[in-house]
This record gives sequence, structure tokens and C-alpha cells, in this order.
Amino acid sequence: MSTQPAILPKDAAAAEGKVNVQINGKWYRFPKGMRIADACNSVGVHVPCFCYHPKLSVAGSCRMCLVEQGMPPRLAPGATPTYNEDGYQSISWMPRAVIACANTVAENMGIRTDGKLCAEARRGVLEFLLSNHPLDCPICDQAGECKLQEYTADYGSGTHRFTEAKTKKGKNISIGPRVNLDQERCVLCRRCVRFMKEIVGEEVLGVVGRGTHNAIACYPGKALDSNYSMNVVDICPVGAMTSKDFRFKMRVWFLKSTPTIDVTNGTGTNINLWTREQQVYRITPRQNDEVNSCWMPDDARLAYKYINAPERLLTPLVRTDAGAPQRPSTWDAAIGLVVEQLHKCAPSELAMIASARMTNEELYMVRALAKQLGITKLDIVPRSCEPDNMLKSADANPNSVGAKLVLGKSGSGLATIRRGVRNGSIRFLIALGEDLTAPEAGFTKDDLAGLDYLLCVSHSANDTTRAADVVLPGVTFAEKYGTMINVTGRIQRLNKAIEPLGEARADWGIYRSISEALGCDCVTVIACPSPMMVLEQMAEEFEPMKGLSWGSIGNEGKAIIDTGVSIPLIEREQAKK
Amino acid sequence: MSEPTNAIDAITTPIPSPGEQHFPKFEVTPKLVKEAQELVDQYPEGKEQSAVLPIIHLVQERFGYVCPEAMPWIAEMCKSTPIHVAGIVTFYPGIHRSCPGKYHFRVCRGIACALSDGEALVPYICEKIGVDPAALTDEEPMGVSPDGLFSVEAVECLANCGFGPNMLVNDTLYSQVTPKIVDKVIADLKKQK
Repeated sequence: MSTQPAILPKDAAAAEGKVNVQINGKWYRFPKGMRIADACNSVGVHVPCFCYHPKLSVAGSCRMCLVEQGMPPRLAPGATPTYNEDGYQSISWMPRAVIACANTVAENMGIRTDGKLCAEARRGVLEFLLSNHPLDCPICDQAGECKLQEYTADYGSGTHRFTEAKTKKGKNISIGPRVNLDQERCVLCRRCVRFMKEIVGEEVLGVVGRGTHNAIACYPGKALDSNYSMNVVDICPVGAMTSKDFRFKMRVWFLKSTPTIDVTNGTGTNINLWTREQQVYRITPRQNDEVNSCWMPDDARLAYKYINAPERLLTPLVRTDAGAPQRPSTWDAAIGLVVEQLHKCAPSELAMIASARMTNEELYMVRALAKQLGITKLDIVPRSCEPDNMLKSADANPNSVGAKLVLGKSGSGLATIRRGVRNGSIRFLIALGEDLTAPEAGFTKDDLAGLDYLLCVSHSANDTTRAADVVLPGVTFAEKYGTMINVTGRIQRLNKAIEPLGEARADWGIYRSISEALGCDCVTVIACPSPMMVLEQMAEEFEPMKGLSWGSIGNEGKAIIDTGVSIPLIEREQAKK
Repeated sequence: MSEPTNAIDAITTPIPSPGEQHFPKFEVTPKLVKEAQELVDQYPEGKEQSAVLPIIHLVQERFGYVCPEAMPWIAEMCKSTPIHVAGIVTFYPGIHRSCPGKYHFRVCRGIACALSDGEALVPYICEKIGVDPAALTDEEPMGVSPDGLFSVEAVECLANCGFGPNMLVNDTLYSQVTPKIVDKVIADLKKQK
């Protein structure tokens, strides 16, 4: 007690606005007001939680996060605290455990998660939770990513003493168009109830009954039909809430998850794409506090079915004579044919329609191709949707900002091209990644039939590809690397989850091959071996991308342009802090 | 009684009871709305949800029980949601989801009353009013006589432990209850009807 440090740790920490906390014998510094659970997890000491979710209010109902806690002894009146040699006060441990989610750290607090008290508490909680649990893991979709299963394996007792009959509750109840409820598997953490109330603002879920008959329910006649309903499946720690789409499709341990982004909206929601071999099984949101927090809309979550649909184009298709059916071809032959045909097209009568669904790298290659062909009539297809004041922005194109940056286009010239096609001043058309007969593009089948030449790059068959003279099979977002810039000006990475299906090729490579075959001699275009290198080229050329590389963007992305647009849900979340 | 198709529909499946003949049917009248509004006005703006429980009591007092149709109305009055009201209604055993008899016997089953021979009271009352005691379970704790006049329910402590066994008939408390007293109370009430 005699040799105290010159500056006590408590004063040093207070100067930083922090407090000293001892966790399992080691001292750490945490900001004031941090939850014990967050503090422990941030230094790699695992605290199991069912009900606690960082984005939701604290319920403290599951008791799974009980930890042993201690504080310096309370001083007698007039006494001064004494400090040990290391500058800390000795900790006197409390005989009862406290929940780590509802309590915050304090100066000189001690936390123990490896003691006997904590082990007892966890085992007791699990025994209670399992007393009415159906133990139907072999047929439960959550098996493999179930918190109850994991914690029971880690902290449970292995045997149980409960010999009475289990309470029967509702099973396999449809509570909404996309979600099923199993009340028996539920651990009553109320995460789903709190999510619907606090994040979505539609209080459709609640808890009914009392004691062992407690169950999650929605009021009869009402349904969990919000466009954010499937997030309850993600946050449900057990298999009580299951996705109708994913039910019984695949065991989760067979799936590989690839971090990438959603391409159905300008927000660029961060997602994980779950695949096995060449098949995509599901999409789940990936946490990014700057973009989508922990959530995603249902329509984006279910927008993966086209990846493995029978409409996918697997080989290049060519039509050698007018009116003849398209026939499959090889890449070399198809590109040779394209080059031959494009040489015949007068640049003044040639137009190109690109897409804001392309990655920046693809757009860069499109620009090179347009330059090579001397095209001046070039634009993208604008796409808008109803914003929902949550995560969906009014821009339904995932990379409008990128298209504006790379091509300098935002869709205003599309009507001119359409007019040109109709009045015959445009006779040759190149459609890249867009179905021109879609309502946003506004072309009719007759418009396309009237063209002298139509070249199309697309991942799936549609009315445009059917009208085309040459169709080159591109890939979907699941099969490519690239970057996109979301509505807020944040550049984010797409990662390849599966190999291109059939003979399809990554779009950026297709454009490069055509440019090269057309005689492009620009080294930065034709020598690029990968989208990552294209990105580096772009980083040199475009001011906002200066200094960017594939690695520096990271999985979280990087804000590079200030567009003045914000995401309502993120704004609300940050205002709450 | 139509069998509910699942555990969720069961929340609003009506549970018929002979007691209904002695109570008015639930109906939203201007008078009821006014009374409920007065309860809601007791709470500050934004806290209207706090009035859910008082209004449930109002409905139960007026109509004998909280019928499925009443729950969305209560929610609307308190700017709450039907599921929140349903959660409260299903939580408290003192809130009835089926109609009790005109005279509702709440018999204490607390330890003090049980020690003073209170345990035999529920079966005795059941026999007197024509209810099968075996039909009283944790899920359906209330038995209603076929004529709808009487109902019986075992409840937790009535806060009069020194004078057990205790029994509450509607709002009247009877202490040191014996079968003889039960006989007399029932006979008197029958005369009154």
C-alpha cells in the first residue's frame, strides 16, 4: 500500500472519460456508460445473451448473461480509500450474479465470467429454458445457428432433471406471409416484439398468457406482414421464428456465406449471400451501422431467385440471318461476329444503353467501349421506387452515383434514344445489362423489331434478348466482384459467391474483350486482369476515388462522395445515441 | 364452441357460458365511450396506454367479462394495439375471458385459508350450484352453474388471512366461512334473484 503510482489509474481513465474494469483478472478501460455485456464481448470475453440485442431496448428477461460482479467495499464515514500497489482498490465480490446487459461498467468494477457462480447461473437458466423446449433440433431450421443449442453445448449440464409433462403450445403457426412461428421453441426473449415496436413501429407482436403458458402471438386477424418482417427470423436466437422461404431448404452448416451488397436498391444494404456449390439459398443482412444497421427489407432478401432460374443465359446466342432463330455459339465466334457487325454500324446511327445496375468497373469498361465505337448517344435506364422511410431509397438502381461519376449519365437522355429508335435515326442499338422492354426503359417489342441491329449483354432471357441479333451471357451480382456507390456516396464491394453459371462471363470482361477485338489500344483498358485492377485504374482517374484500392474499401465500404442523401433508419438510430 | 384452429386464433375464440344471460351483451355506447374516455384522460398525453387496465375493469364490471370484441375497442380507446390488450387480458387470472355467473364466488386457496378447512369449500360450492369440480383446471379455473346464476373460482389470497377461510361473493367478503354459511348465502341470493 505504500508505493502507489504517481497517477492513479482511476484518474488516468477519468481524463479519457473512461473507467477501469477488471474482467477475469485483467484490467481494461471502457467508456463510461458501456454495458457490461458489450464491454466483455469487446475484449473477447464471451457473454451469452438471448434477449439482449445492441439495436433494441434492454429487456433483461432471459437471465442468460448473468455474470459475477464486484466493487470496492463501501467506505465507512470519514474513511479514505486505500489503493493497492497497482493503483486499484481491492474488489469485494457480490454473492449474487448480475445481468450483464442491463448494467453498465463503473470505476474499479470487477467482472468474472469464469467462476463457479457464473457457471451455476448459466446452467440453471438453461435448465429452466429447456424444461419446456421441444428439443426438436433434428427437424429445426435453426439448428447450427441456434443460440440455445450453442449455449447448451457450452454451458448446459448435459442431462436434465425435468420429468413432468411439457407444456403444449402452438406449433408451425403462420403469423405472416413470410414468417412461421413455433411457440414451443421460443425462449421468450421478446426480441421480435421489440423489433416490431421500436424499429418498424408496427406493434403486431405481443406476449400472451402467463407463466409456463407465456407465448409470442399476433392478434388474430392481424399479420406480421411488414416489409421488414423477416428480420425477426434473423434476430430470433432460436427456431421460433422461421422463414417460410428458407424452411427445410438446407442445413445451415452446409452453406457458405459471402459478404456482399444488395443490388435492388440505391441504399446498397450489406448482405451475406448463403450458397452451396452453385446454388444460392438465402440472403441475410450484414451489420453496417452506416448503411443498414442490422436489418434489410424482405423484398430485397427474396430477390435472389433469378440467379439460379431457368431463364439464365448460359451460352452466347447469335442470329446469323434476319428472321432466323437464335442459335448457341462460342465466345470466340460470337465476339468475332459482334466486331464484324459493329464495324458496319455508322457511329451516328448507333446508340448504347448501359445500366446503373452495373458495377463501377463495368461502367468503366462500358465507357471505353463507347469511346472505341465513337458512340455519343449513350445513357442508362433510371429506376425509381417508393421510399419507405426506413432503408429503401427512392432510387431503385444500386449504382446511380457510380454511373453519374463514370459515364456522366443519369438517364435523362434515354427518351432521346427512344425517339431516335422510333424515328429511324438510330438503327443500331447496344443494350448492356438492361431489358429495354421493361416499363422503366419504355421500349416496345416493335421498337426493337424495327432496329437493323441489336446487341445485348444480359444474364437472363427477356424480350430484349429474344429480339437481339447477338446475345452475350453476363452474370448476376452473385457471380462477380466489383464496387458500387450507394445513394449516400459510399463505395462498397460486391464479392463473388458462386462461379459464373454455364459459359457466362463477368460483364466487365465481356466489354473489355469487345473493345480489344475492336482494336482498342488503351493499355489501362485491355491490360486489366481483374476488376480490382480496374478499380485501381479508376482510383487514378476519378477524383473522389483517389487512393482507393480493393483492400482499403473493406467489407464496410468507404464514404467517398457527399451526395447529401441520408438513410432515414440510420439517421434515427444515430439520433438515439 | 368452435374449436380454434391454432393457438393464436384461440385468443379471440369466444368461450360460451350460461352466465351471459344475466349480463348485457358487449356494446359500444356513447355512455361507455364517455366513461372510458374519462379514464384515459387521467393519464398524460402519450401515456394513454396506461388506461388499458382501468378500462378492462370497467368492461368486466359492466359486461361480466372481457369478450373478444372488446379488446380491439379498448386498444383503440387507449391508442394501444389489440395484441397489447390481449396480452394483459390473458395475463391476469382476475380478468375473465368467459362470462361468470350473476353471483361470482371467489374462494381463497391461500395457505392460511387452506389450513382452516378452506380446501373443502370449492368442491362444496361446486356441488351446491351444480358444477363438476373436476372440470376446474389451471386453464379453466372457473365453473358456472347451468342456470348461469352462480360461478365459483379458487383465487389467491384475499388479504384477510387472520379470519379464514375467506370467500368473496361479487364484492362482499365473507370470513370464517363454513358450509352452513355457504348454504345460507346461496339460499339468500336465490331468493333475491
